[in-house]
Amino acid sequence: MASSATQPVETEWRLPDRGTVGIISLILTEISLFSIFVIAYLFYIGKSLTGPFPKDVLEFPVLATICLLSSSGTIVFAEHALKHRKMAMFKMWWAVTIVLGLVFLYETGVEWHDLIYDKHLTIATNVFGSTFYSLVGLHATHVIVGMTFLLIVFIVTMRGFPIHTQIRRVTFLSWYWHFVDAVWVVVFTVVYIVGR
Amino acid sequence: MATVDYPLEKSRRQREFSLSEALYSWVATVDHKRLGLMYMTSAIIFFLIAGVMAMVIRAQLIVPENHVVGPQTFNRLFTMHGTTMVFLVGMPIIAGMSNYLIPLMIGARDMAFPRLNAFGYWIFLFGGILLYFSYLGANGLFGAGSAPDVGWFAYAPLTERAFSRGTSTDYWILGILVSGIGSIVSAINVIATTLSMRCKGMKLSRMPLFVWVMVVDAWMVILALPPLTAGQVMLLFDRYLGANFFNTQAGGSAVLWQHFFWIFGHPEVYILIFPAFATVSEVVPVFSRKPIFGRQAMVGAVVAIGFISFGVWAHHMFAVGMAPISNIFFATASFLVAVPTGVKIFNWLATIWGGKIRFATPMLFCVAFIFQFLIAGLTGVMLAVTPFDWQLTDSYFVVAHFHYTLTGSFLFGVFAAIYYWFPKATGKMLSETIGKWHFWLLVIGFHLTFDPQHILGILGMPRRVYTYAPGRGWEPWNMISSIGAAIQAIAIICFAWNVIRALIKGERAGDDPWDAWTLEWTTTSPPPEYNYETDPEVRSSRPLWDLKHPEDPDWKYE
Ligand SMILES: [Cu+2]
Repeated sequence: MASSATQPVETEWRLPDRGTVGIISLILTEISLFSIFVIAYLFYIGKSLTGPFPKDVLEFPVLATICLLSSSGTIVFAEHALKHRKMAMFKMWWAVTIVLGLVFLYETGVEWHDLIYDKHLTIATNVFGSTFYSLVGLHATHVIVGMTFLLIVFIVTMRGFPIHTQIRRVTFLSWYWHFVDAVWVVVFTVVYIVGR
Repeated sequence: MATVDYPLEKSRRQREFSLSEALYSWVATVDHKRLGLMYMTSAIIFFLIAGVMAMVIRAQLIVPENHVVGPQTFNRLFTMHGTTMVFLVGMPIIAGMSNYLIPLMIGARDMAFPRLNAFGYWIFLFGGILLYFSYLGANGLFGAGSAPDVGWFAYAPLTERAFSRGTSTDYWILGILVSGIGSIVSAINVIATTLSMRCKGMKLSRMPLFVWVMVVDAWMVILALPPLTAGQVMLLFDRYLGANFFNTQAGGSAVLWQHFFWIFGHPEVYILIFPAFATVSEVVPVFSRKPIFGRQAMVGAVVAIGFISFGVWAHHMFAVGMAPISNIFFATASFLVAVPTGVKIFNWLATIWGGKIRFATPMLFCVAFIFQFLIAGLTGVMLAVTPFDWQLTDSYFVVAHFHYTLTGSFLFGVFAAIYYWFPKATGKMLSETIGKWHFWLLVIGFHLTFDPQHILGILGMPRRVYTYAPGRGWEPWNMISSIGAAIQAIAIICFAWNVIRALIKGERAGDDPWDAWTLEWTTTSPPPEYNYETDPEVRSSRPLWDLKHPEDPDWKYE
């Protein structure tokens, strides 16, 4: 084949990073999963035949919400520090993120304990209980998964692993964490505002 | 490609370890081609099992008041037949074909996430085995049930604790849920591979239609499967934690399950038909010696079908008593799907029109696909008419309709794909003679089985009945239908014989037996582990045409 007859192939050949595409696809499939639980919650508002009803037992989880939402900010600070190789700052903000996440989980635990033992609402009590525990629980499960990865990163960093070589993966983890946060905004709106 | 000369001693040692090593190399593989073949082989095994179930079903229905199997067994048979065909045949065939072909077609070394790929396969297989273990394990503590018997769509409240004792329904839930994880993982992999791994010059506008269709398919999988998973999790909560999602006595809604199931279930039928679309879009041009007619329109149509298919699910629920406005909405949306589908059929026909047609076996299957898919689409439009559906829902007319899509269209497309790409994957040709026997017997058997079922439905025969009384005019049609099923079985035996024969003493295929135009035919058959010695570079949508015709390459016109 004469080279003059050959059209030059694009010199610039850039494609999106496969990890980026993968994590976005994962988040989209998760959104699809959450939507169904949200739809179920909305569908069953006011359909419980017996109490307790949301307005009797639900209180705004103010502290939990503040903690989780601000952890989205602290993880950005941590990422930023990592990109500039400020390792002390990274460790500090990363630890703050973990603490904020743990406070959220603790608050959820307290809320559930209160609901189950004092207000006698379980997953089997009525459709409110069924939808409440499954939607909030699904979200909490995602927080736990995110927390596990946050802890892994923290532990390996403290043991001297050069985490700055893994900025891509840290970024993906932070996207996932933002996603979990965004889901909480939806869950909060649906459960504690619309649902009451 | 160059053979490596091993010293004598080493080669003898190799022979000694070969069996365990070969086994190990397959179990531990992360190679997309091997995983693709493993998906296909598993799917074919499940296909044979579910096919035998269909044979028993047809044997039971061949005459009225027959006693081949009892009602309980019959319920399990149609449940397992449907569940297997959709989740353990259709889904792994999608994963298998995508895995094997997409990296080759886009000039990549492997999928984007090879280890995730292997995980997807094994978790799928585990789900399948879990489902079938129900035959042994589902007796459980309650002494009730063996395999699931709630139908492939497992309508609530039939699946609730009160009505489905024992653990058979739990095997259905968990088996499907677990294998669904495999499908999602493999779909994410397909998306990342197509978007990020294409070789130099392989722009989206040049990407083979096969890859286009399969990547849209993968998008549909990641968005459509989670609703089923969510519904199944709720069902598990109902069954094990006493939740009330589908418990009508505590304010729960059985109809909600239907919505969740069909939000998944309708896109799922398009998910299943897409591999056939993908195959036909590659095979028809090659065997008509013409580029595909209206490439952009084909891509547009596939994307449109992907979108619209998420807004039509409740056409499966007209009989449930929805508001008239919902009925009108879902009927209209369902008619809309006919438009892009019509575009596709038109473009395939326009590609064949005036072409230099070679009726080799892959092309035969494609032509039959086009006609049978057209009829499937037409009965689909009929069923989308709400009052018509009220009359014929849950009758054999519906059975005939969806077997036209899944057997007459999906299966024919898959056979076209197997005949077309088998030489690439194995280096051996399938016999054209046996292939034609296979094809014609399958066409005849298919039409004898399913054409009469339309009439049975119109005559009022409900689906899922294990037997029927004589004297309603159903006997001759059922008889013909069962004979047709037997002929299909013979066709499948021809296929199995053809594959085994080809593997043992098939003619050598060479790199490019069909004189095709896509990238996978430039490498050896079977391709080496690394696919391509040098990274391919692409200048048009038919890179192999450009190589073969340097004086008149495609890129001059694109
Ligand atoms: Cu449908």
